[in-house]
Amino acid sequence: MADKKKKNLPPIAQKYQSFQDKREVKRPVVKNCIKAFFVGGFICFIGQLITTFYIHFFHFTEQTAGNPTVATLIFITMLLTGFGVYDRFGQFAGAGTAVPVTGFGNAVISACIEHRTEGFVLGVGGNMFKLAGSVVLFGVFSAFVVALIKTLLSNWGVI
Amino acid sequence: MIFFWAFVVGGIICVIGQIMFDVFKLSPGHTLSILVVAGAILDGLGWYDPLIDFAGAGATVPITNFGNSLVHGAMQEADKHGIIGVITGMFEVTSSGISAAIIFGFIGALLFKPKG
Repeated sequence: MADKKKKNLPPIAQKYQSFQDKREVKRPVVKNCIKAFFVGGFICFIGQLITTFYIHFFHFTEQTAGNPTVATLIFITMLLTGFGVYDRFGQFAGAGTAVPVTGFGNAVISACIEHRTEGFVLGVGGNMFKLAGSVVLFGVFSAFVVALIKTLLSNWGVI
Repeated sequence: MIFFWAFVVGGIICVIGQIMFDVFKLSPGHTLSILVVAGAILDGLGWYDPLIDFAGAGATVPITNFGNSLVHGAMQEADKHGIIGVITGMFEVTSSGISAAIIFGFIGALLFKPKG
């Protein structure tokens, strides 16, 4: 894709592009991955603590305990985002904080808080899913396609 | 032991996300969308439930579980009502994530003022 983009540019811009590529700071991939591994693992560890709590005290099963765990984690995210701590974690950990469900919660909640000055209807209501909307859209659509295929196959007796 | 596997599996999924960030230079929005779609497909193949049994929160906390539980809801309802159930049951299982995000997002907007 990058090559195609380069071809359409005038020669001076191509020169600039290669100059820029040379000067671009290399991302410390391994270091970032290690950080993401430990922070992400730690969030899932806390999730496991909450899950165990729900299984023992509220009689959820291993499969259904995921739901209250997610809700609890999003509640904790609300507090951390509101006090401005979460984005500092996010800068440190990259995908470690973005990939767990707390990242989804943070996207919604930070959009809510950010647009509050524009009013509750047009600001908060309208911009709530500004960042998280793509996750909902592609999640729902892919789930629709997968479930449709599975249902049709089982109706025809293939599986 | 499940605590250890939750840590490891959750960490590995985050590393996959980090590699998409750094190596393939995708935006967080693209990365999360791909992971959600991957979760839905894995559940369609029937591989996600064994992973939850094995790793617990390591599989239910990452965003891939969102796609997984969407498919679960749709399939549950589809077993009862046929093809219509795919639409009506979509949010059956995953409602907690969406409703928690909306409710706590609004409460957050009421309580906190934007910074910076």
